[in-house]
Amino acid sequence: MNRFKEKLYKTFFLGNAFIVVLILAGIFILLIKNSLPAFSKISVGEFLLGPVWNPGGYDESSFGILPIIISTLMVTIGAMLFSVPLGILTAAYIAEVASPREKEIIKPVIEVLAGIPSVVVGFFGIVVLGPWIAQIFNLSNGLNAINGSILLGIMSLPTIISLAEDAITAVPDDYRQASLALGAGKWTTLVRVVIPAALSGITAAVMLGMGRAIGETMTVLMATGNAPAMPKSFLGSVRTMTATVAIELGEVPFNTTHFYVLFAVGLVLFIMTFLVNLASDIILQRYQEVE
Amino acid sequence: MKKIGFIIVSILLMGTLLVSGCAKGGDSQEMLQIKGSDTELSLVQRMAEQFMQENETKVAVTGGGSGTGIAALINGEVDIANASRPMKDEEVEQAESNGVEPVPIVVAMDGLSIIVHPNNPVENLTVEQLGAIYRGEITNWADVGGSDLEISLYGRQNNSGTFVFFRDAILKNDYSENMKRMNGNAQIVEGVKTDAAGIGYVGVGYVVDTAGNQVEGLRVLKVAKDENSPYVSPLNKKDVMSGAYPVARALYQYTNGTPEGALLDFIKFELSDQGQEIATEEGFFPVPDDIKPENNNNLQ
Repeated sequence: MNRFKEKLYKTFFLGNAFIVVLILAGIFILLIKNSLPAFSKISVGEFLLGPVWNPGGYDESSFGILPIIISTLMVTIGAMLFSVPLGILTAAYIAEVASPREKEIIKPVIEVLAGIPSVVVGFFGIVVLGPWIAQIFNLSNGLNAINGSILLGIMSLPTIISLAEDAITAVPDDYRQASLALGAGKWTTLVRVVIPAALSGITAAVMLGMGRAIGETMTVLMATGNAPAMPKSFLGSVRTMTATVAIELGEVPFNTTHFYVLFAVGLVLFIMTFLVNLASDIILQRYQEVE
Repeated sequence: MKKIGFIIVSILLMGTLLVSGCAKGGDSQEMLQIKGSDTELSLVQRMAEQFMQENETKVAVTGGGSGTGIAALINGEVDIANASRPMKDEEVEQAESNGVEPVPIVVAMDGLSIIVHPNNPVENLTVEQLGAIYRGEITNWADVGGSDLEISLYGRQNNSGTFVFFRDAILKNDYSENMKRMNGNAQIVEGVKTDAAGIGYVGVGYVVDTAGNQVEGLRVLKVAKDENSPYVSPLNKKDVMSGAYPVARALYQYTNGTPEGALLDFIKFELSDQGQEIATEEGFFPVPDDIKPENNNNLQ
């Protein structure tokens, strides 16, 4: 009787895990199935490297997503430039320096930050951050890549901070003690021993934060202006892949080239996020063995 | 203790499921679904609210842009598609191949308004200048009589009927790649209010408050058909209804086949004096006399 129960539990848990894998596989198959027909009309090269995105064009349609890919990369890299230093330093502070009292305040605040809906962050970008940016850089408006980058940085901060903090806490105490014993001060130990030792975990944290930034839709839709031109600088309007799909998928008639191309954009996004997650896994695994 | 907790949670869950099931099935009232144009959104919502006060039928109105509404009508998901542009031939073809027969009704007139920042000295533009600005051919306000500032373009996204109408009527070509694509009329208004070099196009309902006065913080430009014609404002009822304002347009609603029953009642309400007065209060203009016969035809 007991053995049967054991088997039952095992199958139940296995079944649940299987459902999750099935869902992911299903999404991937849906993306592939609905993007392949696009490539009978346009070549992959034209799609990925074409410089003009104009699907509902006056005379003819162009489906080149190069400006859109570059926009996504720009806001993602901008977001990382903003949130990685801030995030790692905050994580180091929480893990190593903060008193328990300070931890009690900072950690819940970060969790609340993680819970803010993306529309609210986007709203903040339009109403507060936009005018600031316009003033600082002497522009006529604040709907640009910098705005999007900062907002995305704010949204990836909680992810980076919690994971980096875990990584730093996981560094064995021996390292710290050895460093102090050799005469290094507290700060030297932190910067030159602890953080490098936690580097694999920190890199994984950054990769996950990056995955969050790549896939964020509502915030960039509201705050970056969505102009499809090839971005010339961070001070101009950009149009990310996520925003493009969000704007256009609602009105495109089913089973037209435009429809399939939007799924192809989704596929590119999926692949990008997948690669980022894969990289983070590999880094974590490879360096775990060192310890 | 744990077991009791488990039982309570299960009962609550089942209870919620049962109740939600009831709410869907047990409705004896009819519900009209309306979707589409952002320009018409607040107008049709107000008409719906007024209608619901006097009738049992429930009416739900959402936005998403004319293109989204039309796609929903083609897919058989809504009773009315609000469209601030007429349906394209391909859309009509697609509808018919889906067994949907689109019937148009004009519910109000709009004077699509060109707005700029109040500090911008420019007051008048011709259709040609407007087109050149939005095509990206004119890039500095100094070229049309303003200050030396790079023009900052605001427009809608390509799911919007206003986007398509403005492009086909004024630009006759593609928009500049540098035009910012905003989510709706309200966002364009907010954008231009804070942008000294901004220019945008919005439905006239968004530049006028309920008393019929122009909203503060914006300047509405007068537009002329060409250099020899007079510059006309979209706030002038006579000029919009007569077609003297070059960017006037009809606001449509499409139904699947001739409307009947509660749907017909709602549309008749919209076209009645009461409904048309709501249109005026919202800043739009009533259906002109020369379009009324066509409407009546389509309703038979």
